[in-house]
Amino acid sequence: MRIIINGEAEEINEAELTVSRLLNIKNIESPDMVSVQVNDTIVDRADYDHKQISQDDEVEFLYFMGGGACS
Amino acid sequence: MRDFSTEELDRYSRHILLSDVGVEGQEKLLSARVLIIGAGGLGCPAALYLAAAGVGKIGIVDNDVVEISNLQRQIAHFTYDIGRSKVESARDKMLQINPGLNIETYQLFLQAANIREIIRDYDFVIDGTDNFPTKFLVNDACVMENIPLSHGGILRFDGQTMTIVPGESSCYRCSFRSPPPPDAVPTCSQAGVLGAIAGMLGTIQAAEALKFITGAGSLLTNTLLTFNAKTMAFRKINLKKQDDCPVCGSKPTITELTDAEQTTCDLKQLKKDGNYVAE
Repeated sequence: MRIIINGEAEEINEAELTVSRLLNIKNIESPDMVSVQVNDTIVDRADYDHKQISQDDEVEFLYFMGGGACS
Repeated sequence: MRDFSTEELDRYSRHILLSDVGVEGQEKLLSARVLIIGAGGLGCPAALYLAAAGVGKIGIVDNDVVEISNLQRQIAHFTYDIGRSKVESARDKMLQINPGLNIETYQLFLQAANIREIIRDYDFVIDGTDNFPTKFLVNDACVMENIPLSHGGILRFDGQTMTIVPGESSCYRCSFRSPPPPDAVPTCSQAGVLGAIAGMLGTIQAAEALKFITGAGSLLTNTLLTFNAKTMAFRKINLKKQDDCPVCGSKPTITELTDAEQTTCDLKQLKKDGNYVAE
């Protein structure tokens, strides 16, 4: 299926696609450091195994970034 | 209207020339109050630009002292400041740029017990903190006190920022929900950061504060601005206020502040090394 990931269209060769599966396919090394937004809605971490991603969905991986006053 | 002295007219002439700022905007800046949390990579450039802009009262919070490894990016601190309190060092530089300002320093750790009282005295808050528990604490306190906030984060070659107007736009917790587990967070010494990234992000945060005060332009509300300095690609990601947000949603579950376990990169490193020497 074709989905938009971080603003860019990508073809994913899966008939069914959960958030967990997508994190795996995209080799997200540390899923704990990412928040997932699908079509303007933040997906609860507990729902990653169930939340289905559909054709033309817009997926954003929002990365946790600290920084700033690090000494 | 306030009478500007000739010196003030000269000092702020490049603001006054801007049709979106003008004398009225500069007057607003001179009577505005902005709190900077963290006198580090983000807080330093933000502090210098807000001081130069003539923001009348600037508060700055940090409990640390200047170390040599800070100087690569924490641009308000100079080599001769090593060992001094960061807030004192930053205050000196702000006053050297603009002697007439009221600078309030807070050399302390922000906690659930003290944060609301401190931020209440300010119109806008800039988050330049280094750790997630404090970022969430700052967000929650600003939502509860209804004070606009600029979130900022940097890592390696990347930066991100969003502006939060409580009640109107999405908050940090809308998108990020809760601090990541400490073990997942890379330590500073492992991750590193390109020094100039701190300047890029901190000055964007300062610009958001100046825009909020003067009313010029539109803010980074409901927007996460991200950039990668390797490619210099900037992106704006649309965010939406989430109805199920634990702090600003329709049925909030976080209604009072609590202190999370401190998980700063420094503490993590120190724990790994087996001692807790304060830096």
